[in-house]
Amino acid sequence: MRVEVRGLTKRFGPIVANAGIDLAFEPGEVHCLLGENGAGKSTLMNLLFGVIEPDAGEILVDGRRVEFNGPGDAIAEGIGMVHQHFTLVPTLTVAENVMLGFERTGRFGWLDHRRARADVIDMSERYGLSASPDALVGSLPVGLQQRVEIMKSLRRDAQLLILDEPTAALTPQESEELFRTVRSLRDSGRSIVFISHKLREVKAIADRVTVMRHGQVVGRARPDETENELASLMVGRSVNLVLAKAPAAPRAPVLEVTSLGLVDEDGRSALTDVSFEVRAGEIVAVSGVQGNGQAELAEALVGLRRTTRGTVVLAGREIGGLPTREILLRGVGYVPADRIGSGLIADLPLYENLILDTYHRPPFARGRRLQLAVVKEYAAQLMNEFDIRASSIATPVGTLSGGNQQKVLLARELSRPLRLLIAAEPTRGLDVTATEFVQRRILQARDGGAAIVLISSDLDETIALADRIAVMYRGQIVAVVPPHTSRRQLGLLMAGAGAAESLTDRPSRPAEVLAVEG
Amino acid sequence: MRLVSSGEPDEEHRADPRPRSGSPTPETGDSGSITVTLLSLVLAFGVGAVVIAVTDPSVRSAWGDVIDSPGGALTSTWDSIAGAYGALVRGAIVDPSTVSAAARGGSIVAVLAPLSETIVAATPLILAGLSVSFAFRAGLFNIGGQGQAMVGAAAAGFVGFHFGLPPVIHLLAACAAGLLAGAAWGWVPGALKAWTGAHEVITTIMLNYIAGVMLVYLLSLSIFVRPGRTDAISPRVDGDARLPHLMGADLRVHAGVFVAAAAIALVWWLLARTTIGFELRCVSLNEWAARTAGISSGRAWVVGMTVAGALGGLAGAVQLLGTDLAVVPRSGTNLGFLGISVALLGRASVSGTVLASLLYGALQAGGIRMQAATATPVDVVVVIQALVVLFVATPQLVRSLFRRSGDGAELRVATRGW
Repeated sequence: MRVEVRGLTKRFGPIVANAGIDLAFEPGEVHCLLGENGAGKSTLMNLLFGVIEPDAGEILVDGRRVEFNGPGDAIAEGIGMVHQHFTLVPTLTVAENVMLGFERTGRFGWLDHRRARADVIDMSERYGLSASPDALVGSLPVGLQQRVEIMKSLRRDAQLLILDEPTAALTPQESEELFRTVRSLRDSGRSIVFISHKLREVKAIADRVTVMRHGQVVGRARPDETENELASLMVGRSVNLVLAKAPAAPRAPVLEVTSLGLVDEDGRSALTDVSFEVRAGEIVAVSGVQGNGQAELAEALVGLRRTTRGTVVLAGREIGGLPTREILLRGVGYVPADRIGSGLIADLPLYENLILDTYHRPPFARGRRLQLAVVKEYAAQLMNEFDIRASSIATPVGTLSGGNQQKVLLARELSRPLRLLIAAEPTRGLDVTATEFVQRRILQARDGGAAIVLISSDLDETIALADRIAVMYRGQIVAVVPPHTSRRQLGLLMAGAGAAESLTDRPSRPAEVLAVEG
Repeated sequence: MRLVSSGEPDEEHRADPRPRSGSPTPETGDSGSITVTLLSLVLAFGVGAVVIAVTDPSVRSAWGDVIDSPGGALTSTWDSIAGAYGALVRGAIVDPSTVSAAARGGSIVAVLAPLSETIVAATPLILAGLSVSFAFRAGLFNIGGQGQAMVGAAAAGFVGFHFGLPPVIHLLAACAAGLLAGAAWGWVPGALKAWTGAHEVITTIMLNYIAGVMLVYLLSLSIFVRPGRTDAISPRVDGDARLPHLMGADLRVHAGVFVAAAAIALVWWLLARTTIGFELRCVSLNEWAARTAGISSGRAWVVGMTVAGALGGLAGAVQLLGTDLAVVPRSGTNLGFLGISVALLGRASVSGTVLASLLYGALQAGGIRMQAATATPVDVVVVIQALVVLFVATPQLVRSLFRRSGDGAELRVATRGW
């Protein structure tokens, strides 16, 4: 099935989200749409999937003009979409989710569970989508949930499958598996639209690349162009993706963590005997597949979780067991992974979010009275300094773009005396420009003498920023390795292959491996 | 290489176990919601009109003869509705006949009486409404206004009739007693939530029952019961402990309005200008982010419920010291739920709550006049009061009835929070 759009235009008030887009999606082809946040990719896909209606232009399916009055019409034409946020029912099984909305029924309207299961097994085998039909969706990792979404579309016989930033929440290994699935779907003659702003992925998967900027198609590229060329097209100026980074000059230890243990609410051991130190002026990346204790470690360090064992020493003084406020006051900055869920308060204006952890101290408070004039002046100054793009300091942060939200968070955490910065997934979901900004700020903090703990599941970022990499697996630090360690070896360590095992296929044991545990 | 399958299903990928504060704070302030509120009022009075007509026997008999005289049925319906609503306005705001009488040298008191009654009814409502609104702003749903008002009324009454204190001091002491009793009654569910996670909706409802039974018990004690009476009623409050009338003995409007005004100013200031209010707002909007920033959610809950309780207790005290003057088993009972209604109608904002309280006060004052002047029972007022809140809580319904589109940012208290 060949889908084509001609002169597609969509306006939201004064903003032209899509201006006269001409594109064709060929069968048997992976077509990557590349563009920064706000370039109009999602609008285009929502037009194609019938979520919104175009102001001008037309959509052609196999040369035939079609009009969609909702996603139902698009599905009927064989268009499927996997959104960034899944539309699954966590309490139902895989098979039930796949049949939901298009149930086959037997006599008396009974649901045909057997057929549904068979469908899932069939699709699993054909496209390498291994997923047990009887597993509860809520208990599955994100990567598997995404496969269930893909199966839902396939079950409805989608010939054009739109994947909206499908790798945003996936681990490198899960992404690899997704790519395999995408290739086998392509080889079955389907047309795949792959939306992304991750250049490495685009190069890996695309047969054809279309670059969008400011609601327009600004270029078509072959996937074998360099990442810098693609990035320059996307951003509209020349970009150097290699982070200029001076060698670290580590000084005295700032954070010393010794045999930290943590048992979570379910009685599972989330951290086991975790020990490491971070010195002033260096970045230690805690790396691993999501869910191996990194989040718990970060929360334990700032006092949001009670540890069951071990000590945390900040600049020579024990901080384990102190309330979060006390820990922050001693010079700890914390950028949580879930920026809008734990870092910011979406409904509060910019200026109040900027004082979320300092509101109670002078000059922002005098006694119990908030000094709003001081706060607003401070906010205006930070907005300028961190280049936060918002219509005013009174704008609720929930309405800002992800990049600007992250700037607010960084501005808040970096604008007080800092001994230690804990940054979890600081660039997740950010576009090239914002990522560059955030990473530069973190390096600046390092060079200013702060100790940095970077928690990231993005290998590119880990390798680009880290001075040392601590790999976590099942709540333990299995190895501390230098940043020039090969991706392959890092991947093996993250997979829990065990440091010893991963080292056996190398002729000599590198001296930089400081800690090795099974 | 399947990474995740090599371990157990990992925490990050499961449903987030964190306690996300489902803030019951209704949206405040946007013009769309104000439109919905006004349309809700129109709808409520419209349905109220139907109720008035249907329950009027003369209207029903006129419709019985509708074939013979269709005009008569319509006239009768119109007369019934116009009569009832006319009486409502005359009882709540001003009666034109008293104005013309006053112009001819009659009593000015009669002109002001309806407004006085409206304010008398609205004063404790403002306090009870602020109690609920304040709790909303801390992310708490205070169903306990009833219990707080009851203990507040009992404490204020007791100080008022039991002790002999110098003039001004006696009144202040009685008010303070009501405030403190209410604060204590609010502190309990706040502390329970902070320490054990017990939901304040459950605990405040239970404390309502406890307050009710406690009041009955107190009124069985000789120290509490009026000498010479066998029924459950306390002595009347000392003259010194009463809230003085402001405009002569014939108008019931009393100094409680100053208490309410002070409470309005204080609540606004607390919420908008202090670190305490900031903490409450943060915790209610996103508890996890607040905790991540070092704000203690438990402390915010205790403070929020204690202040809410104090306002509820003050509502009971003002009702008792200004109007009721003696403690009975039902003292303060209706204030809790009316407080919830006006807070919802006012969308938990200070100004909205005050306006809603004035409206409810007017309905109560006017309803009595309506019942006296026409055949319409005062219960119609309760129906209207309930309908207003019902419509405000279902903005989609209101919008569709008036074919208005909205962005859906609406009063979510009915669906969110618990």
